[in-house]
Amino acid sequence: MLRYVLARLLTFIPTFIGVTIVSFGFIRVLPGDPIIVMAGERGLSEERYQEYVERFGFDQPLWKQFWDYLTGVLQGDLGQSFVTNRNVWDEFFTLFPATLELSLCAIIFSVLVGLPAGVIAAVYRGKFFDRALMSTALVGYSMPIFWWALLLIIVFSGNLGWTPVSGRIGLMYFFDDVTGFMLIDSLISGQEGAFWSAVQHLILPSIVLGTIPLAVIARQTRSAMLEVLSEDYIRTARAKGLRPARVNGLHALRNALIPVITVIGLSVGTLLAGAILTETIFSWPGIGKWMVDSIFRRDYPVVQGGLLLIALMVMIVNLTVDILYGLINPKIRKR
Amino acid sequence: MSLLKIRNLSVEFSTASGPFRAVDQVDVDVEAGEILAIVGESGSGKSVSMLATMGLLPWTATITADEMSFDGQDLRELSGRARRRIIGKDLSMIFQEPMSSLNPCFTTGFQITEALRQHTDLNRSQRKDRAVELMEMVGIPDPSRRLKAFPHQLSGGMNQRVMIAMAIACRPRLLIADEPTTALDVTIQAQILDLLTGLQKETGMGLILITHDMGVVAETAERVAVQYAGQKVEDQPVADLFATPHHPYTSALLAALPERATERRLATIPGVVPGQHDRPEGCLFSPRCQYADERCRTVPPPVQPAPIGRARCHYPLNVPAGEEVA
Ligand SMILES: Nc1ncnc2c1ncn2[C@@H]1O[C@H](COP(=O)(O)OP(=O)(O)OP(=O)(O)O)[C@@H](O)[C@H]1O
Ligand code: SF4
Ligand SMILES: [Mg+2]
Repeated sequence: MLRYVLARLLTFIPTFIGVTIVSFGFIRVLPGDPIIVMAGERGLSEERYQEYVERFGFDQPLWKQFWDYLTGVLQGDLGQSFVTNRNVWDEFFTLFPATLELSLCAIIFSVLVGLPAGVIAAVYRGKFFDRALMSTALVGYSMPIFWWALLLIIVFSGNLGWTPVSGRIGLMYFFDDVTGFMLIDSLISGQEGAFWSAVQHLILPSIVLGTIPLAVIARQTRSAMLEVLSEDYIRTARAKGLRPARVNGLHALRNALIPVITVIGLSVGTLLAGAILTETIFSWPGIGKWMVDSIFRRDYPVVQGGLLLIALMVMIVNLTVDILYGLINPKIRKR
Repeated sequence: MSLLKIRNLSVEFSTASGPFRAVDQVDVDVEAGEILAIVGESGSGKSVSMLATMGLLPWTATITADEMSFDGQDLRELSGRARRRIIGKDLSMIFQEPMSSLNPCFTTGFQITEALRQHTDLNRSQRKDRAVELMEMVGIPDPSRRLKAFPHQLSGGMNQRVMIAMAIACRPRLLIADEPTTALDVTIQAQILDLLTGLQKETGMGLILITHDMGVVAETAERVAVQYAGQKVEDQPVADLFATPHHPYTSALLAALPERATERRLATIPGVVPGQHDRPEGCLFSPRCQYADERCRTVPPPVQPAPIGRARCHYPLNVPAGEEVA
């Protein structure tokens, strides 16, 4: 197992270099001069402009800029934001908990709903629930997220007034970041109603972000379960006189989880992409919104560094999934 | 009273190409402590009839029977819950493929103790002790270590031993062994059969041994039921069946045995078991039977009385003097 993890860590290196190059190149390919964008409508005198060019190193040849960036990265220095002058690394980790909290809630939502739904659909294959669920999943998978988010906002925030439209917590609550997770911090603050407010703010964004993974997980669980349920060892389990709940929920599900875990892992990448949209719609102060804002501002260091860190997160998640996979499937663990 | 008594069991599958009768009017009787062998070629409905008894057939199967009782309990009327109290405990079954019949995600120890957990009041450590004891009984060396092994880490023979340990964990009154050795090496086959008959003697349980190996039947069983295309075609004590087979199919099966072959080449029965769409009208064996005539081909044969082996045939062989052919 340890050797396996180390081998996987080695494969990080080429991926890492690739992402560094792509993220460096991507933002520079976009038209628009960061200095002009930053100056906005007021404009800038020629001298001030030159000053900025030197400060940001744009007078250097491109390869030299890349080299400086790369050596910086290797020393853990991602540079400073053009706009805020704050360290990219610091900014990322100030905002990351918000995204992580949202993503975790979304994935928990999609697993908690998708997994049982898939199991039930497989057990009652061909019956009404199965058909209804599978058509719903198809709709969920192909629905534009933006439209879905607006629909939910109109119904639950607009018509019913149950949930807030944006942000992470009500404006009347104020407390310090301890963990960066609003659910935890609001509890620590001890302010009455703060936790509930945080929960309410999380509900719609989590549902929106979790919808596609939910559909994918439900479908994958169903098909994996269908395959497993016709296996001989399921008949053996039933021949022992075990309850159907135990046969389906333990003997079958444990085997069906192997492909499902992979799908959950893969949807983390999709989740981060979805987070960008979801955070923008709900004004969620996380990485996604930060990246979008920075792209519009042509804030090179933030975009490069942010992309790199996001890629790193995805790689870490994938590794975790692989390890989990090994724990569930004994055949792999023993390799 | 018979331990297992089945009268007129039929099983019909609804398939995409219409209904298919896999088991047709089969009777089964097993006394406590008896070994019954069920023989027949592939597709003759041996597994399906026993799975019907266990209640393990998929929902596409329709089961009908005039009587189906185990230990005095009517298996037909049983609720799911009541059936689950019997199967795996008093009535248990082991399957043809040891490798795929054990769950790859759980240790053998877990899978053996699970049966105990379901049907007994033993606590955790008692269950573990019993599992070790069971593994010793079925001849698994180094049981406490093997308890922690996963099925893929053991050989086919070892896995079949695990299956047997699992099936006898709650001291069943009747064990159904569905071709327990087909997937195994020849040397291992003999060991597993010895193990099963040994356990049967030791515990006094009834044993139904499904096989298509007449040699195995001769060595182990007391009584034999021969099945063909879903029907039981003959039923006799082993010695009588080998000496005086009454049904032409039985006779052909025996002629196919290597020891009996007069030529060096192994005799086989020409033709195949009829499938879903090529069932003949009269006797199902008529396309392959050397005695078949017009009556055989058009009129389904009756079941002969017990002295003629309950043979399902118009023209039974070796009819004892004074017996009336039905
Ligand atoms: N679930 C099912 N649906 C439809 N047909 C089935 C099903 N299970 C079994 N059958 C059919 O029923 C017939 C009898 O099958 P069965 O498994 O009982 O044969 P068998 O005598 O046990 O043969 P073998 O020696 O190969 O195990 C076969 O033709 C098989 O195709
Ligand atoms: S009924 Fe006729 S065809 Fe059928 S087994 Fe007897 S003799 Fe052969
Ligand atoms: Mg079979």
